[in-house]
Amino acid sequence: MKEIDISQIVPEVKRLCMEINYRASQDLVAKIQECIPREESPLAQEILELLIKNIDLAAQEQLPMCQDTGAVIVFIELGQDVHLIGGDLSEAINEGIRQGYAAGYLRKSIVADPVFKRNNTGDNTPAIIHTEIVPGEKIKITLTAKGAGAENMSELRMLKTAEGIAGVKDFIVDVVRRAGGNPCPPVIIGVGIGGNFEQCALLAKKALLRPLNEKNPDSRLASIEIEILNRINKLGIGPQGLGGRTTALAVHILSRPCHIAALPVAVNLDCHVHRHAAVVIE
Amino acid sequence: MAKEIVLHPPLQIAEIEDLQAGDRVLFSGIIYTARDAAHRRLVGLLEAGEDLPFDIRGQVLYYTGPSPTPPGKVIGSAGPTTSCRMDPFTPILLNAGLKGMIGKGPRSKSVIDSMIKNRAVYFAAIGGAAVVIARSIREVKIIAYPELGPEAIRELKVENFPAIVAIDTNGNDLFKIEPQKYRID
Repeated sequence: MKEIDISQIVPEVKRLCMEINYRASQDLVAKIQECIPREESPLAQEILELLIKNIDLAAQEQLPMCQDTGAVIVFIELGQDVHLIGGDLSEAINEGIRQGYAAGYLRKSIVADPVFKRNNTGDNTPAIIHTEIVPGEKIKITLTAKGAGAENMSELRMLKTAEGIAGVKDFIVDVVRRAGGNPCPPVIIGVGIGGNFEQCALLAKKALLRPLNEKNPDSRLASIEIEILNRINKLGIGPQGLGGRTTALAVHILSRPCHIAALPVAVNLDCHVHRHAAVVIE
Repeated sequence: MAKEIVLHPPLQIAEIEDLQAGDRVLFSGIIYTARDAAHRRLVGLLEAGEDLPFDIRGQVLYYTGPSPTPPGKVIGSAGPTTSCRMDPFTPILLNAGLKGMIGKGPRSKSVIDSMIKNRAVYFAAIGGAAVVIARSIREVKIIAYPELGPEAIRELKVENFPAIVAIDTNGNDLFKIEPQKYRID
């Protein structure tokens, strides 16, 4: 049994909130740069170069890369041999966000209720927190800040089992086609296949966390990812929907067992800012 | 690359008519920010027959909700938000004299029809280039709805604010024209 004081969590969450908004990860920068010489549209090329310039300036000036600094989604992997002391875990996460979004001059984008007054909560809380109990005596906290532009274009469908893998591929491509220029392409596409209604959505979001330079460990899924990415980049949508070859930077798939009568698929789009980072507390 | 055209809002009919989908423009002068909540309120005022907080005739709206202003800066990051969320409100504002909109992503058919009828232009700014864009903003003044925070209406004084004519007064739509060129069936 390991005791971890809740107070250790607040400053880490605060730091991650600022870091993911100010600095793009290296795998993302490399991926965008890789696409520039391959892009056939001069306007698209110019847009991709502008995105790199924006990433550099944001880091230099300590400003968020995008003004939509997102809703914070937190994945906690809590070691089962950890005993948390000194407070409430969810409250510590929210306090870290409160502090990070205030100190970092990040936009507060959460409304207290979705359909009545829609008043801004003023501190970007509450976060959406997913906690999983895992073996061990550490806590891993992964933070993502998801803008609404791409999240709004995400979709989930319960396919018929007869539609099979062909149906899954078509659905993913159709989601991106329907989204067009709205989700701020080039997008990263997280896909969850299997599980059930809510689990496939969660898988789709988790799939976004895989580094862009890492292959899917399941070779069957890895080859489907490449095939779907190629189809998507033939749609012509391009950066910002203004035409070109670079509509998506990557397709990431996670899959799980499911019911004999089910084939759930969720497609979670992420914009090119693609903010996420993790910390391990022990 | 097409030549860059400098625009000083309020826009004049003649310069609006000259703009073609694909043209690069630079705004210098005053533009106004408005997004979801502000649109709802502006349209509410028009429907109640009341005055808007600013004279909208000939003006340009920029769909953005900037991040907070750090010390020593004029504004935080200020890139465009997704325009289609404004589509249900836009024809009413165009009927009231709005002449330009800056945002990201495509517009609905009813907005484009209203733009043709009212002779207005939609400009695309680059989503996610929020720090680069913020550099062209020189002064910021909240002129309405401060309680909406990032969604308040701000008067921005801009200099060489870059945008692309995405949909012109004749309904030519870059979001349709350009992807067609790069689509492989």
